[in-house]
Amino acid sequence: MDTLRADIRLPLRRFALELALEVGAETVALVGPSGAGKSSALRAIAGLARAEGTVVLGAERWLDTAAGLAVPPERRSVGLVFQDYALFPHLSVRANVAFGGHGRVDELLERFRIGHLAAARPGTLSGGERQRVALARALARDPRVLLLDEPLAALDAHTKATVRAELGELLDELRLPTVLVTHEFEDAAALAARVGVLVDGRVRQVGRPEDLVAAPADPFVASFTGANLLPGTARSSAGGLTEVALDGGGTVFSADPGSGRVGLAVHPWEISVGREQPDDSAVNHVTAPVRSLVVVGNRVRVRVGPLAAEVTAASVERLELAVGDVVVATFKATAARLVPLGR
Amino acid sequence: MSRLFALVLGLALTVALLFLTIPVVALFLRVPPADLASQLADERALEALGVSLRTSVAAHVLILLVGTPAAYLLATRSFRGRSLVLVALELPLVLPPAVAGLGLFAAFGRSGLLGSELRALGLEIPFTELAVVLAICFVASPFYVRGAIAAFESVDPQLLSAARTLGAGPARVFARVALPLAAGGLGAGSTLAFARGLGEFGATIMFAGNLPGRTQTAPLAIYDALDEDFEVALALGALLVAVSLAILLTTKLLTTWTRSAQTSGFPSAASRSS
Repeated sequence: MDTLRADIRLPLRRFALELALEVGAETVALVGPSGAGKSSALRAIAGLARAEGTVVLGAERWLDTAAGLAVPPERRSVGLVFQDYALFPHLSVRANVAFGGHGRVDELLERFRIGHLAAARPGTLSGGERQRVALARALARDPRVLLLDEPLAALDAHTKATVRAELGELLDELRLPTVLVTHEFEDAAALAARVGVLVDGRVRQVGRPEDLVAAPADPFVASFTGANLLPGTARSSAGGLTEVALDGGGTVFSADPGSGRVGLAVHPWEISVGREQPDDSAVNHVTAPVRSLVVVGNRVRVRVGPLAAEVTAASVERLELAVGDVVVATFKATAARLVPLGR
Repeated sequence: MSRLFALVLGLALTVALLFLTIPVVALFLRVPPADLASQLADERALEALGVSLRTSVAAHVLILLVGTPAAYLLATRSFRGRSLVLVALELPLVLPPAVAGLGLFAAFGRSGLLGSELRALGLEIPFTELAVVLAICFVASPFYVRGAIAAFESVDPQLLSAARTLGAGPARVFARVALPLAAGGLGAGSTLAFARGLGEFGATIMFAGNLPGRTQTAPLAIYDALDEDFEVALALGALLVAVSLAILLTTKLLTTWTRSAQTSGFPSAASRSS
């Protein structure tokens, strides 16, 4: 498998996108707010936007502006899945998939469970079906690089979880250099081994998703990552709950099903902090010293061991919390969601 | 107050409708359908219809062949001076047809701007069927180009990008994606241009003359027959009305078909290009 190396500069309206990226047989996610230049990065790699710099796949040079080289998009072996899927409305599902390559159309229709829709026009499909057609179409050309632009954004919350799990399996199977763009940190964490946070055209931080959560390089990354994400190993346990042995020590329970390597995601506002272990329905208790107290508006972010909890300023005052105090962070099994960890 | 206003609006519409339809109705009242066929069998009428058909079709083919790629370029690229190019392309829309004919004469006439070059090629254009074709192209092409630009602009550029990443070069993207998706708008613009070309009078009579059998088109024949044989003029007129009506209906249908239906049968050109 070839490695994709991009070192590009692309002037945009408000700023210039500057990106250096090296992607082996893995999925790298670019996350950031909308307008950060994420889609432009994909367009530059695909050759749809004129960037300066170099884009190289293995020994093949796609862009080298210093040498005056810019291979047009149709001769770059790229499968690009567009945000709104950009299916050809005048062509059937089959003709859409066959547009890029005729060789494996039937196999792909089968693989993506869209065989029964072969004669349908894209306008009549559901969001999930469109996404599968877009993936099949992108793969029909046997691309050596896969670029996914917000592949889950056009889906409703209900279908998203299923589609995300399927996409994760597909990416594992393909083992292509894949660049994924999303504005949802959770999606990035679920699908990518490494995540780069892109703001105003610059990468603020690159790392494993759990590292970005645990040690954000700057406040933006911290706020962007939002949820706590603790890596661990899951197995089902009595009472229908899943028991997760955290890598950092300790055991917690989740109401989500899961097994093997998982990330346990808990939002800070789902975690309460007390001096003593409360006697209530919550099953997860983490006892650890307070590492920091940061005021955010009328709330306070309290770091307790590996967790960030968000409590009201009044609670902090009432409990007389101070850095170093040993406290108990509590959250319910239903608040602890499991996301498959990127490999 | 509001009732009075409504009355004024209603009255205006009635006046406009009557004024615009009475002449057409009168034409048909004067020519019983049974007589239409026999009047059209008149030799000069047939000749004129033949010239009209040949020149209109030839001009239309030229307009489509040149106008389509030109409109695609203007719709998909932005470049310095683009709006000036658009103005230049639309100029014939507002030019008096007689002035257009004069201009064509000044350019392609024997002593015109390109006269000596054309003579060197053995080409003499004025007062030939080719002159009729050029006159039609000049006045009718803006109708098509405007519609075609708007039709291509309404194609989602993301689809063109998607086609590129799927291995299609620019020419294949044009043929397989842009052209089929713009087809409805192109068809609507095309029928309008054809109608304008079929009715061409002023530029043709200036540049091509009014030679029966050679450059006399149906509208010119009507003009001639007005003095000599009013019945033939009426028959030709009725035929052109029928053709125009058919074209208008086609345009309406094409416009609805492309889901860009607006209040009139004029394609999206009217609101999109500027």
